[in-house]
Amino acid sequence: MAGNETLKRTGFYDLHVELGARMVPFAGWEMPVQYPMGVMKEHLHTRAEAGLFDVSHMGQVILPASAVAELESLVPVDIAGLGLNRQRYAMFTNAEGGILDDLMVANKGDHLFVVVNAACAEQDIAHLKAHVAGVEVVTGRGLLALQGPKAEAALARLIPGVAAMRFMDVGTFPWNGAELWISRSGYTGEDGFEISVPDAVGVDFARALLAEPEVAPIGLGARDSLRLEAGLCLYGHDIDTTTTPVEADLKWAIQKARRHGGAREGGFPGAEIILDQYDNGCARRRTGLRPEGRAPMREGTPIYLAAEGGEPVGQVTSGGFGPSINAPMAMAYLPADLPLGATVYGEVRGKRLPALIAAMPFQPNTYKR
Amino acid sequence: MTVKYTEEHEWLRVEGDLVVVGITEHAAEQLGDVVFVELPEVETKVTKGDEVVVIESVKAASDILSPLDGEIVEVNEALTDTPALVNEDAMGAWFFKMKVEDMEQLDAYMSEDEYKDFIA
Repeated sequence: MAGNETLKRTGFYDLHVELGARMVPFAGWEMPVQYPMGVMKEHLHTRAEAGLFDVSHMGQVILPASAVAELESLVPVDIAGLGLNRQRYAMFTNAEGGILDDLMVANKGDHLFVVVNAACAEQDIAHLKAHVAGVEVVTGRGLLALQGPKAEAALARLIPGVAAMRFMDVGTFPWNGAELWISRSGYTGEDGFEISVPDAVGVDFARALLAEPEVAPIGLGARDSLRLEAGLCLYGHDIDTTTTPVEADLKWAIQKARRHGGAREGGFPGAEIILDQYDNGCARRRTGLRPEGRAPMREGTPIYLAAEGGEPVGQVTSGGFGPSINAPMAMAYLPADLPLGATVYGEVRGKRLPALIAAMPFQPNTYKR
Repeated sequence: MTVKYTEEHEWLRVEGDLVVVGITEHAAEQLGDVVFVELPEVETKVTKGDEVVVIESVKAASDILSPLDGEIVEVNEALTDTPALVNEDAMGAWFFKMKVEDMEQLDAYMSEDEYKDFIA
């Protein structure tokens, strides 16, 4: 296919092809969008059993343990207070309070382990290198996610130690002579794990997981519907440089230490704007929508307050059909004062269809806290 | 029984003086799991190329275009309640039946063998 020559491939490319995946370009990588099971069944399998995802396109970075203060200068998140072998969600902000990317940060004792989005990896690494000494980009390792209620049972047969982990714990475990870096986390709303694995054993490890009866390979299509049901943001869609963490309804990610009155208040890009919004609110907020009927409201759908007339008050940033909730769902930036249960209207194919303001997640999460 | 195929991956089956329209297995597979179908109103007059049906899959929205000039005389309401029928049995899951002004318009479309070559 034309143009694909320039796409990067993960260490699992041949395995995806062997498993019958349909490969598509994604953030500069050639990735599996679905396997023969299909998006709907892959989604439902992950919620009922365990799904294996290749997320090796994401960037893995190591920072020295001494980089805590430097990293805190880039994120509104309490890194100093992150316990040993614990992980936390964070975002890089800009001077306007917008979000440059979201990321995961783990405290591994003698270093910090950071995972960033594929599409932003290059710019994130440049951003880190400009502000943090000793940035080491991890090479030669893939990243897998095993997600779902039976993820623990399947993974624990290979690595018994993971059963003792709680949500957002991280640890290092040996497997066939290799060192796996495992976190109990993911991006589906399900209990599960993300596993950084050396390329030398990556495919063997993936095959060992796939040989477990609960485990099926899952593509990016189901990953998207799973994360949307879980109310989780997709960078470049639901959050970007024009949305602040408060507008994005990510206040929970800004711990007390970084807020007004906290031990290390502010001190990150855009702090004045973000902390003012934290205390005083903001005009718009990322909001959940449950369209009535079965027609999905896709990204870009304009949202109106009335069935006729008026200007749009926002638009859908992610929208689709939720296989587990068996209904359409969407996220949109809307006036922050709209109450839960209020009706708004999305214009789909020239018709304004009603949708209810709804709480997220749409599908309750099952993290093992 | 005459069945014709369009480049838009529709199948057209002649039943008496009516033409029954659906999408092919190939199209259903490409679309992925269908989650929503919007059917036209019965008695709608249509021109070849008009958008008459909206199909939403887990991945994206797409349209079925009217393959012929004529009038919609019946729609398959079962698809509104159970859109997955399209994936389960594409050749059985018809969308609408139309009364056609000029059956010779059908001649422009592909036979089954020609369609198989087309998607090969």
